[in-house]
Amino acid sequence: MAKQLAAVLGTGQTYYVAKRHDVTMAGMVREAIDRAMADAHVGWDDIDAIVIGKAPDLFEGSMMPELAMSDALGAHGKPLLRVHTAGSVGASTGNVATSLVQAGVHKRVLAVSWEKQSESNAMWALSTPVPFTMPVGAGAGGFFAPHVRSYIRRSGAPDHIGAMVAVKDRRNGALNPYAHLKQPDITVESVQASQMLWDPIRYDETCPSSDGACAIVIGNEDAAEAVISEGRKVAWIHATAMRTEPLSYAGRNVANPQAGRDASAALWKAAGITDPLTEIDEAEIYVPFSWFEPMWLENLGFVPEGDGWKFTEAGETAIGGRLPVNASGGVLSSNPIGASGMIRYAESAMQVMERAGDHQVDSVRKAFGHAYGGGSQYFAMWVVGADRPTN
Amino acid sequence: MAEQPLRAPLNLKFDYTRSVGPTIGAFVTALRDRKVVGARSSDGRVHVPPPEFDPTTHEPMTDFVDVSDTGTVVSWSWMSEPIEGQPLTQPFAWALVKLDGADTSILHAVDAGSPDAMSTGMRVRVRWADERTGRIQDIECFEPGESGSGSTAAVSGGDPVTGIVTPIDLHYTHTASFEETYYLRGLMEGKIIGGRTDANGKVYVPPRGANPTDGMPTKEQVEVSDKGTITTFCIVNVPFMGQQIKPPYVAAYVLLDGADIPFLHLILDVDATEVRMGMRVEAVWRPKEEWEYSLRNVSHFRPSGEPDADYDSYKHHL
Amino acid sequence: MTDIAVVGFAQAPHVRETSGTTNGVEMLVPCFQELYSELGITKSDIGFWCSGSSDYLAGRSFSFISAIDSIGAVPPINESHVEMDAAWALYEAWVKLMTGEVDTALVYGFGKSSAGNLRQILAMQMDPYLVSPLWPDSVSVAGLQARLGLDAGKWTAEEMAAIAQRSRAAAKSNPDAQIAGDVDIEALLASEFVADPLRAHDCAPITDGAAAIILARGDRARELCERPAWITGIEHRIDSPNIGSRDLTTSPSTASAARAATGGDVSNIDVAELHAPFTHQEIILREAIGLTDATTINPSGGPLTGNPMFSGGLERIGHAARQIMSGDARRALAHATSGPVLQQNLVAVLEGRN
Repeated sequence: MAKQLAAVLGTGQTYYVAKRHDVTMAGMVREAIDRAMADAHVGWDDIDAIVIGKAPDLFEGSMMPELAMSDALGAHGKPLLRVHTAGSVGASTGNVATSLVQAGVHKRVLAVSWEKQSESNAMWALSTPVPFTMPVGAGAGGFFAPHVRSYIRRSGAPDHIGAMVAVKDRRNGALNPYAHLKQPDITVESVQASQMLWDPIRYDETCPSSDGACAIVIGNEDAAEAVISEGRKVAWIHATAMRTEPLSYAGRNVANPQAGRDASAALWKAAGITDPLTEIDEAEIYVPFSWFEPMWLENLGFVPEGDGWKFTEAGETAIGGRLPVNASGGVLSSNPIGASGMIRYAESAMQVMERAGDHQVDSVRKAFGHAYGGGSQYFAMWVVGADRPTN
Repeated sequence: MAEQPLRAPLNLKFDYTRSVGPTIGAFVTALRDRKVVGARSSDGRVHVPPPEFDPTTHEPMTDFVDVSDTGTVVSWSWMSEPIEGQPLTQPFAWALVKLDGADTSILHAVDAGSPDAMSTGMRVRVRWADERTGRIQDIECFEPGESGSGSTAAVSGGDPVTGIVTPIDLHYTHTASFEETYYLRGLMEGKIIGGRTDANGKVYVPPRGANPTDGMPTKEQVEVSDKGTITTFCIVNVPFMGQQIKPPYVAAYVLLDGADIPFLHLILDVDATEVRMGMRVEAVWRPKEEWEYSLRNVSHFRPSGEPDADYDSYKHHL
Repeated sequence: MTDIAVVGFAQAPHVRETSGTTNGVEMLVPCFQELYSELGITKSDIGFWCSGSSDYLAGRSFSFISAIDSIGAVPPINESHVEMDAAWALYEAWVKLMTGEVDTALVYGFGKSSAGNLRQILAMQMDPYLVSPLWPDSVSVAGLQARLGLDAGKWTAEEMAAIAQRSRAAAKSNPDAQIAGDVDIEALLASEFVADPLRAHDCAPITDGAAAIILARGDRARELCERPAWITGIEHRIDSPNIGSRDLTTSPSTASAARAATGGDVSNIDVAELHAPFTHQEIILREAIGLTDATTINPSGGPLTGNPMFSGGLERIGHAARQIMSGDARRALAHATSGPVLQQNLVAVLEGRN
């Protein structure tokens, strides 16, 4: 059987905040699911399978929590898969759900990703004491900061680039009703005045810790046609890709990881894209620390190596620029770790479906969604389009 | 020489704070007030505890129903050696109890004294905890018998419960790999020992269970220098939970002479602003009597005074 | 049904305690080496990698990341992971093969149960608000299920002991088994309860282990293996987590998955490898699938003779496939379970062809 077409029929998100005090984990996940199903105009009987993703269970202190909430997910009597690929999980969950439809196994699959970090403390869960090791690092920022320094050194980027990205993403977040951080008045000066946390990364260049969930309904061609015949748009999934490399090995390039380069090369090829910069109209890129924007622009092949910061500096990644990046506000504005990758996917689809409201970019025919996880070792990404894929 | 790998205890301990939402909130609030509530689903069944969503319609459950604090044992098993955290410290029965008025059973403990006192179909009643805060342990356990004539009446009052705390305290034995063990034993002797697959392999410090590029064990031991080069670094300003060093401090990747991969360590005895990529550093060891199986034996690295290493000599490690 | 087959299976010996680490590298490397050698391939011949494991079993977040070292993921690999038994990682790999994006996949699972207190850890799979805080351990909960069946006359302690006896005897021919040998039913029944009504022999042992399976499509499968075990059906379903509101003596999710995977025909199943970590659960599964006495159950010895968490289900598929690949069976069924008291179940059907 040949590979089937797959499309995003609808998406749903929760309003991201530091702590949800009013719902259980299942209650929070259901908000995203209910909104996605409403957006897709589907009912419970239309869902054939559920794929759920989240990051380490130590965050919530529940082992495989999807088991306890399976009824709430509508999974009773259905197939349920739980994906866990560290920070990229939201996107790899989307990839697995897409594969189920492309393989012809199911007609409609519900993909959902979430994190309720307020159940514990994210820093603690990420750095539980391991015997015989000497904890020097200082959380995720402490891990990435030296590699940001490497990028700055290699590319000759000026200091203010990180601040520019932070300003852009937080101002975009102010246009996104779901965003955790909405800072319409943030400036480069205010960012540069914020505390230096892990030199060279500053406080305002760092993602928040959020509770939240995101859901996507993915359907096959028949299901997509049904939606289109109602006068609603779908986002056709043109290609997906995933690559992994080890956390550390001799000679590893952490600032421009091979796995990210390989995944994006495979993605562009599968999507029939030869010039990503021109052919992609909006990119939702996983940027938890602002310097990752120029780094990932290069890693993904949008611009040549060393040119990422110039592209950012020229304002080309703002809404209205040549390649708007993170019109949603990105991970810098909202970061429920398990969900963040899927939020990138949902936002890329919303751009194509013209449902991004105040942060809608003009004329988006193709959009890109991306996530990474671990020590920049897991990469998952996709391309969605307003038109059926032709290749 | 087959030495046993090093082991140490690993404790995962945290008090998780959970917001309970409206349904579980209603249930635990009632427990605090010495009542048990269930909810009726669309098919007419009364579920105790109430699920958040109807099993058929998937809508939120809203039809709350009071049930009795007395019921029937539907099944039981015997806990002869209770584990920490369980409802009772003396041997007890786990049981599924169908309370009068409910169509489903609730899982809890029965303080029966011995398995001989347990039987399917026996009647049990709630033993309420003296101090109740709105959690499942407000039911201390069940005990044999019907609700007594002096049964405690429901109390009421207090705001609805919105959250619970669920402590988790798990104990594991952590085992270091064979490679990590020879590395740690080396540190105990004041040496830094890396590992490689064979004479052509890259030297990993710390050595790994398998060379990440080819999956082969790095069993060949190679002693490396305790001097090296900073490849890249950051200055840590932020305090965080579990941090042991007072900020600001420099966390740097140090590529020891003889090793093919840098590792993270502290740079002290120099102003943070003077630390540079390419700076040559040397280890500062703690006093020998403080040594343990850990890289902590090296307190930090400090500038060695040598000229900076050429960028080309370490740029492929970035 | 696109032709996808199991073409290789390797497992680490089942031991009460491995001297290796919780990230499974020491147990996995020999499995991969064995498969490469047997099939005459290297890691670069694998199109997709997928694993199953659990952070809470290991006591570490991201515990699966270190396992990647056993692969040698340079150059980078196409790889995914499920926080489930690796049987579901095999399902994800099967789906990937079905898309046509890859022709081969390597699936692996691992678990070092001896690192922690398994029955206590598994209490955390239950409702985190009202059930897990009481710490109902997995053996006690299984005991509740066992008694329901005993009370209803669905099984007897003798039948349960007979399953343990048969399993251990079968394991004599499995060099990787942890427990094997001949035992006397009366002796088993005279032993102490560990969680009345369950005795030690009714429960799978604590096992450290790892396993790996290679899947391949069509001609590639035929190149790699003389007698591939073709997957003619693979399905999974989940039941309600509320153990007080469902009939624990039946397994509707197993029945549903089996009906779909077998096409409703179980008459010619030669061998069934069932992932039942408790003796009474084998009876539940047999009934749910509709197996007759014509089917040999757990010729490997099954989970009662060694049950590494998170690879135990994958091993059922591996052992069923071995029966096909060796020519001993024409049609085999494999089952895997996840969650408390058979909450979630997967059934795969494997067939040989002329």
